[in-house]
Amino acid sequence: MKRETQPGQQNQHWNRRDFPEAARQALAAQPAADSPFEHSQTRRNVRHATDVIQAKRNAVTAELHEWQALRRAGAAIRAHTLEHLDHYLLEFEANYTRRGGRVHWASDAAEARRLVLEILAPHAPREVIKVKTMTSEEIGLNACLEDHGIRPIETDLAELIVQLGHDRPSHFVAPALHISRGQVRDLFARAMRQPNLTDSPDDLVAAARGYLRQKFLTTPVAISGANFLLADTGGVCIVESEGNGRMCLTLPDVLISIVGIEKVLPRFQDLEVFLQTLPRSATGERMNPYNSIWSGTPTGDGPREFHVILLDNGRSPILADEESRQTLRCIRCAACLNACPVYHQTGGHAYESVYAGPIGAILTPQLHSMHAAQSLPYASSLCGACYEVCPVEINIPEVLIHLRSQVVQQQQSTLTGSLGLWNLAMQSAAFLMRDSHRLPAAVHLAQRLQSALVSRNGFIEWLPGPLSGWTKTRDLPALPAESFRDWWQRTRSANSPSSPGAHPNPESSTEQRHD
Amino acid sequence: MTNPQSNSRQLILDRIAAALGRDTAAAASAAPADYAALPRDYQTATPAQPAQRIQKFLDRLHEYNAECMRVGSESEIAPAIAATLTTRSQSSPTPFWLAVPSGIPPHWLPASFDFPLADPLTLDELNRQPGILTACSVAIAETGSLVLQSAPSQGLRRLTLVPDFHLCVVFESQLVSAVPEAFARLNPDLPTTFISGPSATADIEMTRIKGVHGPRSLHVLLVAD
Amino acid sequence: MRLSLFITCYNDALFPQTGKAVVRVLERLGHTVEFRPAQTCCGQMHWNTGYLRESLPILRHFVHVFADAETIVVPSSSCVAMMRDHYTKAAQMDNDPALAREVELLLPRVFEFSELLVRRLRVEDVGARFTHKVAYHPSCHSARSLHLDEIPLHLLRRVRGLDLVPLANSQECCGFGGTFAIKNADVSSAMLADKVRCVLNSGTEVLTAVDNSCLMHIHGSLHRQRTHVRAVHLAEILACSEDESALAADQHFTFASSELPR
Repeated sequence: MKRETQPGQQNQHWNRRDFPEAARQALAAQPAADSPFEHSQTRRNVRHATDVIQAKRNAVTAELHEWQALRRAGAAIRAHTLEHLDHYLLEFEANYTRRGGRVHWASDAAEARRLVLEILAPHAPREVIKVKTMTSEEIGLNACLEDHGIRPIETDLAELIVQLGHDRPSHFVAPALHISRGQVRDLFARAMRQPNLTDSPDDLVAAARGYLRQKFLTTPVAISGANFLLADTGGVCIVESEGNGRMCLTLPDVLISIVGIEKVLPRFQDLEVFLQTLPRSATGERMNPYNSIWSGTPTGDGPREFHVILLDNGRSPILADEESRQTLRCIRCAACLNACPVYHQTGGHAYESVYAGPIGAILTPQLHSMHAAQSLPYASSLCGACYEVCPVEINIPEVLIHLRSQVVQQQQSTLTGSLGLWNLAMQSAAFLMRDSHRLPAAVHLAQRLQSALVSRNGFIEWLPGPLSGWTKTRDLPALPAESFRDWWQRTRSANSPSSPGAHPNPESSTEQRHD
Repeated sequence: MTNPQSNSRQLILDRIAAALGRDTAAAASAAPADYAALPRDYQTATPAQPAQRIQKFLDRLHEYNAECMRVGSESEIAPAIAATLTTRSQSSPTPFWLAVPSGIPPHWLPASFDFPLADPLTLDELNRQPGILTACSVAIAETGSLVLQSAPSQGLRRLTLVPDFHLCVVFESQLVSAVPEAFARLNPDLPTTFISGPSATADIEMTRIKGVHGPRSLHVLLVAD
Repeated sequence: MRLSLFITCYNDALFPQTGKAVVRVLERLGHTVEFRPAQTCCGQMHWNTGYLRESLPILRHFVHVFADAETIVVPSSSCVAMMRDHYTKAAQMDNDPALAREVELLLPRVFEFSELLVRRLRVEDVGARFTHKVAYHPSCHSARSLHLDEIPLHLLRRVRGLDLVPLANSQECCGFGGTFAIKNADVSSAMLADKVRCVLNSGTEVLTAVDNSCLMHIHGSLHRQRTHVRAVHLAEILACSEDESALAADQHFTFASSELPR
């Protein structure tokens, strides 16, 4: 799939730096006090927020004894939907259209932006109100609207904070979790012309309520995403907390929802699973304050015009890969971000992607057919915390490894890649490790050659090249003079297995210490 | 001239079919049987004593900072509403009243108060209503949720959104234990809103703040029936 | 029982004392241990780094070496996780039904060391004595892939004289992740700093786990910062027995032997 490069495109904002470099900068930002354990303000904010959500999530999933059954059902429903995706999209289209809605199909970001502009044109709005939508971020809609003289007003509190701060979202459920209340106060005081605003969250929320109320009552067009589309009723489901969503969905004359094609569910009834798993996973609540479910343009209740833009933008090719197709089961709860020890350290910006965290690490490169963000599949220690919390059982570590193999194959297909340090090292290691004689011989060689690197304390404190990444913060034990294999051969006859008491005491060896 | 829309539609459908290695018709014919075979080993009906169910519902409402009153019969609704209006009017510096959607049974409404009809109000007028009174379709104990549908006595979706105070009448027979039981009772064809506590946000340092854009006060009148 | 030891490549070269401890514990319990010198590696490093094709001959070699072994014991949960989570897929990827069948037959006979003791041999008290404060680090693979849960803790609680201290945020990864520690050295180091802070705050003298890889990583920072917390594989604690406690106390671990003089 060809990546787009027009103004307002996501790659204007994203995917400029590789993850290790972006993460290094994130970790180095606002240099902390001399202690290596002190975190900068941003890192403290991220850590605090993810700890709070994670603790709440753990409590409300643990109390539900059928949690695993709900995960299984959720995973199965989403997997089934993806396998029959075209069928369910057509069913959605038919039912939603029958109820007065209009469906548009956008094969890529440029087409989605063009469709939005075409829908807006007859209404000629100066402003549009927006509910938090990842798809809008994905297609770079705000920049596009501004280019056309239309001011997008984010109404989700966190998105408003991010927008007023000319910042980027760092988390797709709580986009401003990296920002502290003092920073919010300063932003609001300036933008809302309230110099006496305090930094109490109550006051800040009241200020946002006052600031946005008239916008809700008077702005004729709203733009949203959607959490789910329902094939059997032509329904749309939007889950939120603040009521800004309901304002945007019910008060304006025109509503445009930009929705990824994978977001459809077969039946209205399927929500009985996802409205249990999504809130508990996303915010650690048993239910978020508001869910709206409706279809088309019901008479007198809500917008007169309702457009759903079904966005492909790199999704359909992902279906072809049976291994990584599960990525599209995602319901955007962000539980994997909150659980991820890498995300805890770097926050969302280091992923240089609309979708951060573990799910971003597998979704982003695939949305670009693996031609961008190749460092993201490596942005994980494969600890498995993401898989453990995923409410639709996406085996993220498995997909990460699968995508790593695609990156490796890409590298090996070029001359520079195949002659690169990593490939040569891994090839050499594989050559040694697959043979019973080569590996012990290599260990013997290393035992002899390491002396130049081993400090007097018996540890290696400096290594060259890429390995210096290890020794920058960590010592490495030197190889002992005798490997286990050699000890066994020396102390026990090679062909007869041991039996209790029949052999010298293993601890009696004098060579097991190497100081 | 070709319509770019129909092109993109077909393009996307073709891409999906190609990626999955079969045509759309095959997906359509296989879908019902495959769907029926999906594992659903979670509970769809929770056996709970009515008293436990009610207690759980009250606990959840309390956690959400929603107020709850209980009355023993439908005939006590009007006096309870009158009491709410009196208390609220005394504590509020500005006049307080409740607007109502069409379809609210007249005998719920105490005679000495005005209950303007909310349906025909413009947005600006609605924004000047201090409170709204509605019924609901079903309530869920496990999650402390009220579910409203666009139907008589529950009203259009905006009515329970714009005014700052929402009083919702719930009959005990409308209260179910868990989410799947609620879905079994809902009409999938009506616009539906789940309301679980007053609107809230935790976007600033994860501190939960009650009342952002929706009603800041949510009151529930639970009626034995 | 006749037990075949898969020492794993990095334990063989870097941590031979762990292998000796495994032999010692199992023999003390009356079992017979064999070591097949043809063994090399499970293929995990290549697999996890995305070199799937390169890991195939390595894991194929493992399967052939151990095909007729009765029960295989591995003092490394991540290597066992590699086998259980990925070997079947690897065999399918290689379009080799014979290998797939061998894997299928082999996997039920492979046990991580503590898992072997508690789940297979049904032993919790191995007659060990270790008079130190110990904190247990549940490595990611042992917890989330093998689901060892409380198994290592059950074993530690039966060690005489051992003072088990709680470790805060113990479920969080130490940041090792194989080549992740090199490719994303800065993030890895930041994760490690959090882990080391929890270890130091626990007041423990010894940190233990069922993976020397994580221990090597955590100890790498503990050592760099000149702390005196030791990192010791679970098998080595269990190997310290009542009658040999003097000897054991003197030789906890290679790491311990190379502390700088204060």
